Amino acid sequence: MSAVIDHHHADHGHGPAKGLMRWVLTTNHKDIGSMYLWFSFAMFLLGGSMAMIIRAELFQPGLQLVQPEFFNQMTTSHGLIMVFGAVMPAFVGLANWMIPLMIGAPDMALPRMNNFSFWLLPAAFGLLISTLFMEGGGPNFGWTFYAPLSTTYAPPSVTFFIFAIHLAGISSIMGAINIIATILNLRAPGMTLMKMPLFVWTWLITAFLLIAVMPVLAGAVTMMLMDIHFGTSFFNAAGGGDPVMFQHIFWFFGHPEVYIMILPAFGTVSMIIPAFARKPLFGYTSMVYATGAIAFLSFAVWAHHMFTVGIPLTGELFFMYATMLIAVPTGVKVFNWVSTMFRGSLTFEAPMLFSVAFVILFTIGGFSGLMLAMAPADFQYHDTYFVVAHFHYVLVPGAIFGIFASAYYWLPKWTGHMYDEVLAKTHFWMSFIGMNLAFFPMHFVGLAGMPRRIPDYNMMFANFNMVSSIGAFMFGATQLLFLYIVIKCIRGGPKAAAKPWEGAEGLEWTVPSPAPYHTFTTPPEVK
Amino acid sequence: MLRYASAWLGGLSLSAVSSSASADWEVNMTRGVTDVSHSVFNLHMTIFWICVAIGVIVFGIMFWSMFMHRKSRGAVPATFHENLTVEILWTVIPLLILVGIAIPATTTLIDIYDADDSDIDIMVTGYQWRWQYSYLGEDVSFFSHMTTSRDAINNLADKGENYLLEVDEPVVIPVGQKVRFLVTAADVIHSWWVPSLAVKKDAIPGFVNEAWTRVEEPGIYRGQCTELCGRDHAFMPIVVDARSQEDYDAWLAEKKEFAAREAELTEKEWTLEELMERGERVYSSTCASCHQPTGQGIPGAFPSLVGSDMVLNDLTGHIDIVVNGSPGTAMAAFGPQLSEVDLAAVITYERNAWGNDTGDMVTPLDILEFEEDQ
Repeated sequence: MSAVIDHHHADHGHGPAKGLMRWVLTTNHKDIGSMYLWFSFAMFLLGGSMAMIIRAELFQPGLQLVQPEFFNQMTTSHGLIMVFGAVMPAFVGLANWMIPLMIGAPDMALPRMNNFSFWLLPAAFGLLISTLFMEGGGPNFGWTFYAPLSTTYAPPSVTFFIFAIHLAGISSIMGAINIIATILNLRAPGMTLMKMPLFVWTWLITAFLLIAVMPVLAGAVTMMLMDIHFGTSFFNAAGGGDPVMFQHIFWFFGHPEVYIMILPAFGTVSMIIPAFARKPLFGYTSMVYATGAIAFLSFAVWAHHMFTVGIPLTGELFFMYATMLIAVPTGVKVFNWVSTMFRGSLTFEAPMLFSVAFVILFTIGGFSGLMLAMAPADFQYHDTYFVVAHFHYVLVPGAIFGIFASAYYWLPKWTGHMYDEVLAKTHFWMSFIGMNLAFFPMHFVGLAGMPRRIPDYNMMFANFNMVSSIGAFMFGATQLLFLYIVIKCIRGGPKAAAKPWEGAEGLEWTVPSPAPYHTFTTPPEVK
Repeated sequence: MLRYASAWLGGLSLSAVSSSASADWEVNMTRGVTDVSHSVFNLHMTIFWICVAIGVIVFGIMFWSMFMHRKSRGAVPATFHENLTVEILWTVIPLLILVGIAIPATTTLIDIYDADDSDIDIMVTGYQWRWQYSYLGEDVSFFSHMTTSRDAINNLADKGENYLLEVDEPVVIPVGQKVRFLVTAADVIHSWWVPSLAVKKDAIPGFVNEAWTRVEEPGIYRGQCTELCGRDHAFMPIVVDARSQEDYDAWLAEKKEFAAREAELTEKEWTLEELMERGERVYSSTCASCHQPTGQGIPGAFPSLVGSDMVLNDLTGHIDIVVNGSPGTAMAAFGPQLSEVDLAAVITYERNAWGNDTGDMVTPLDILEFEEDQ
């Protein structure tokens, strides 16, 4: 460890290298964080364009723009790219930038591995996207890739998909190891665990989740590979295997995965709300414990995605009760955020707007989650647009609004300039309205009986689908405004102070804006 | 592209006209027509109103703070944090609410899982992309295909009221009887869902799931496949036709008679024209979704039958692949799905259609002989 620190001492005072090689060879956490964030935004736009194709096809009944084969490739790629390419790398990018600054560390603990884990991602997603141009088309079996649709009945490109998932998984595991090593080893003197900012805490827990479940996903895709190419029958009943076992393995990964996508957002929102309420977080300790409880429970609820596969009554009851239990720590978090705002001195800059919308809309997603937890009612909700509405309510205003809130909160620190507040508020309101227009009517069509993953539907679903599509186009187009705001902020704007937000707290605000290339080469003292 | 664009615009004006019906704005789950569906609906509404109540309280406090405690109104921040009593209360109260809703959920679930003592058993098998219904112990079995035309889907013909929800052969059940569905699949996973019955069960290849219903009101109840099962996932609807006991008995008798007549056809002397005519029908309902109506398949996914070596030269291989399928690929074994007559007809058709002029005629007796030799 000391060798790494010495290396940075030797570099002290030097700026970044020039040209392309700066980015290829960099071991600097800020450079790598920026690359992660740009990569994630590129994937967000790509996955978003696919959503636009889906919504254009669903604008009205009948097939107009694309055929079902291509539609299925779009829904699959949209899901995979948004989950693995947009949301997860965005949080790793935020972690890279902010965790060393928050705990007073000079860099990440394992800088070379940091470089490698980023550069695996373009390879993984280049491979994944290339499958769309292969003979037989890209993956068309949904982001959950249930066997045997994804094995015996899959297009030949599935092998490339498996390799892409492996690469993305390796990248995630290395990122997680790096984050754990950094948090546990590089905290400044006096920065005890229970003094860490909540973003650091939620990421520490998230990183353990990643290390626990990414190998499970790797196992699932490897078993697929064996079934496809080496004559095994893990998921083929005719050979003594079990297609349902695929779902058990997938969701043992998949349920913790959804918390991987939301816990870091819980962390940033828990820092932003106190900053703009000018009042300390109501219950820091209970927030930490609630995060731990959610992470722990996330391993015991996976079969609630499988209520209709025919698991026995007792299994059904266990997973129903365990799932309902998650509402308790999640409730604790929501109550905490509300009590933090209560009797504060509130202002509503863009980070706060996104955070408040996060609390309200994520809670709505939580409510529909509670409804879905009821196994008998789930028989009516399962695999309909009600589920699509539910998980978009927790992921779009949850994970993605959390990322936007963080981006606006720390943009002054990253660029040294204040962003354009008027444009940022416009971005917020357009996103807020567009997102609700797109996803709220999905509850209605789902309850009325529209299955998910269909390119065409009966006329009784037509009106709300048209509303959804209009909302989706609005939400999608608005994200280009975000790109403009960020570029404008990088290129200029009012100078940002070291601490641009009146109520903000934490070590990151003790360094100048923009943050110098090397920070905390001498650890700060935390009282 | 231009054709699609104009169809798109045409459809736009069409849907603007038809959107006046009030059912188009349906926002809630159906109450359904069975006791189980009523309990599920009540459970759904109970949880919904509990969520609304919690939402009103939580969001109420939040909006109060957002309006009253703004810095621009001169609000001075309080400094309070951590309060054990409050924190215990907001842990325990939600827990009690959850226990309260777990009780009706559990009793409903136990009811749904009790498929014993059924009056009628129907085997439901999902295929890409159709359903097969077999009445156990009655020797009645048939496939149910969607009847909506490709032209309607491609906006070249009008869409009827039951667009995408209409089939050639609905599954007929008697009212007042406990009907048990044994649900399975032959290829990939499908899911059999009829909202009005509150029955949704995954159809999993190699496994048999149970579900049951008891419908009190005669009527037609429609549903769809709800597990992504490939290209035509949207196009394999379910139609349940619940009839009075007499009507059901009459229907069953007619079905049995039809089955007996079909069985006799195996022995009949067939001509090439008759086989071709029947074969074309079988091909379009069973084979065309993969191998395409033109027989040319889809490159990289489904092989072409036009000028294929097997179709032109290898008669036994051709019969074998149709009857037994090709393991490890999407080609299913059609031996158990089709009658000898239909197998003979479709193989004859494939060997003589689209310029495959082999002149070969395969008779139902040839198929029978092949199956006995295996």
